[in-house]
Amino acid sequence: MGEGKLTEIRWHARGGQGAVTAAKLLAETALAQGNYFQAFPEYGPERMGAPIQAFTRISTEPIHIRSSVTNPNIVVVLDPTLLNTVDVTAGMQTDGILIVNTDDEPAEIRKMLRLKGRKIYTVNATRIAQETIGRPIPNTPMMGALVRATGMMPIENLADYVRSSFGKKFAAEIIEGNVKAVERAYAEVKAE
Amino acid sequence: MAKTTTAPRARAKAKGKTVAMTGNAGCALAMKQINPDVVAAYPITPQTTIVEEFANYVANGQVDTEYVNVESEHSAMSACIGASAAGARVMTTTSSQGLALMWEELSIASAMRLPIVMHNVNRALSGPINIHCDHSDSMGARDMGWVQLFSETAQESYDNTIIAVKVAEKALLPVMVLHDGFITSHAIDRFDVLDDADVQKFVGEYKPKHALLNVDNPETFGPFAMPAFYYEQRKALRVALDAAKDIVLKVSNDYAKISGREYGLFEEYRLADANIAIVVLGSTAGTTKYVIDEAREKGVKVGMLKLRLFRPFPAAEIAAALSHLKAVAVMDRSDSIGALGGPVYLEVKAALYNSKKRPQIQGYVYGLGGRDTGPDQIETVIEDLKKIAGGKEAPREAVTLLGVKE
Amino acid sequence: MKWNIKGVESWGWKKHPIGATIPEAGNAAYYKTGGWRTEKPVIDREKCNNCLICWINCPDSSVIVKDEKFAGFDYDHCKGCGICAKVCALKAIEMQAERGEE
Repeated sequence: MGEGKLTEIRWHARGGQGAVTAAKLLAETALAQGNYFQAFPEYGPERMGAPIQAFTRISTEPIHIRSSVTNPNIVVVLDPTLLNTVDVTAGMQTDGILIVNTDDEPAEIRKMLRLKGRKIYTVNATRIAQETIGRPIPNTPMMGALVRATGMMPIENLADYVRSSFGKKFAAEIIEGNVKAVERAYAEVKAE
Repeated sequence: MAKTTTAPRARAKAKGKTVAMTGNAGCALAMKQINPDVVAAYPITPQTTIVEEFANYVANGQVDTEYVNVESEHSAMSACIGASAAGARVMTTTSSQGLALMWEELSIASAMRLPIVMHNVNRALSGPINIHCDHSDSMGARDMGWVQLFSETAQESYDNTIIAVKVAEKALLPVMVLHDGFITSHAIDRFDVLDDADVQKFVGEYKPKHALLNVDNPETFGPFAMPAFYYEQRKALRVALDAAKDIVLKVSNDYAKISGREYGLFEEYRLADANIAIVVLGSTAGTTKYVIDEAREKGVKVGMLKLRLFRPFPAAEIAAALSHLKAVAVMDRSDSIGALGGPVYLEVKAALYNSKKRPQIQGYVYGLGGRDTGPDQIETVIEDLKKIAGGKEAPREAVTLLGVKE
Repeated sequence: MKWNIKGVESWGWKKHPIGATIPEAGNAAYYKTGGWRTEKPVIDREKCNNCLICWINCPDSSVIVKDEKFAGFDYDHCKGCGICAKVCALKAIEMQAERGEE
């Protein structure tokens, strides 16, 4: 590959669910880790509610490739209703990881998608967000699930980053809500 | 001869900081750090976030800039010309149809020798209407007398924006900085930025030699020129644009001293020992590097020449850098409809024509209207080059449109 | 700045100012446009009351005024458009065929 350890992530969401913010947050945590990254949405005529994709690349080395991500290592689905309308596993690596925001068990998702091999993680990020942040925006808790599924950094680092990054813009209770959301998703995510 | 190529990894420890930012945010930051006297701009996708962010800097009082809200790009460039003639340091930014609407002013800006810096975020020209990346907008403006600096990454775009200010004011020519729409403009990337004070020190204070607002010594700007005078002005413009090549090198070298980042007229990537190579510009140069690294592991001696300075076109330097190769592919992200191929192909081919030693050459058009150009397309180009270099195939007369559905 | 443009028609490209600027503002006055005239304005001083409406309306600044009074036409630059004659309330200006004796 010649690009160090390159990880490619594809995000599936609906416009307005914060996929771009999540991709940005992940890029910034990667920077805090001293890594290289790209985060880019797929732009089209979409509006709020329309299915969208965003992409993140992370590597320990500078990343040269600039084309779109076609064979992701990791797929993150922020909205479970997309499983019926979008081919979320398209082009996924055979050793890839699928992380879905849903109340379902990983086995149920596997059966539904008829997915062979690969690892599936599920977590009800919307409920966690509602209970910790007070709004049903699943992007920050999904970061906790992503960190658990990939082991890309200790969860403490992500929590610290959320504190320092959100600290500039938000009230203390919102920040702590986000930290709690990340920690709960990290703890509650189920794997198969 | 001056150093013409870059050493991309040879970085000194620079001051400033490392950021996670989009290419457009980086451009807006560079504009903030430059703190121009006047910005007149009109928003257009995918440039919009530059003017949005810069308008924020203005509203927050972080710059001293007179920000002129105009009703069109035609007015934007007209206002820039007026402000620049008045003696101000002037910047603007646009894309695609916006650049097209500036057309008649573009050649006036250069003929009046006004050092306006414009960031154009590359987007396909209509039609059909499209918001995504190709280079048809800026390539269409290539004969307008502007210096054109292409950027592969957000880092290069940020650096080129700062460098452009000094180039413009030394050459007394307008400079267009280019980066790829969405691919570079909207992707969050990692890059290094300078401290505000270092940028300010680098660009210095602009002291125009001639200014409309110099009431102690009034001059007439933009007069009519009859056939007895017009031709000499065009010759002077050609000479000035040719001279901008050395100015770009000089300013880039000065910039390397404060940033640790070196830039030449073009970048040679694994080219010295190559026998085949790809000539390309913009973000696809990054994907090409990726593919070259993979091919090299399989023993294919392929390299790349990435153009940075397209106007003035450094023909002699490019011919020298490519002369040792057996076969060269030139990839254009715009078509010159009705010509032999895209503009970069035509220029490179012409540059090599009188060389005693020259490679076989084949032209490609790719990625029009934002069509994704992945490693697979570049791999097919390398396969073509291997056949041509091995004498198994002659270069195709007609340009090849990569990735088009037949 | 006074700009010596002797022999300007044969100047090479290096001799012209950068960007075609003209370093002497208002030097268009050196270019005599009076030769374009086919008719010329002639004033009847008996009728003229120095209202200076002709001076206001002349598009070529060719009505000469001294001490707030009409003082003649600048025939070096008057193109003979006849606006002065048209606007003169007292019909004191008459357009006469140009014979080139000026």
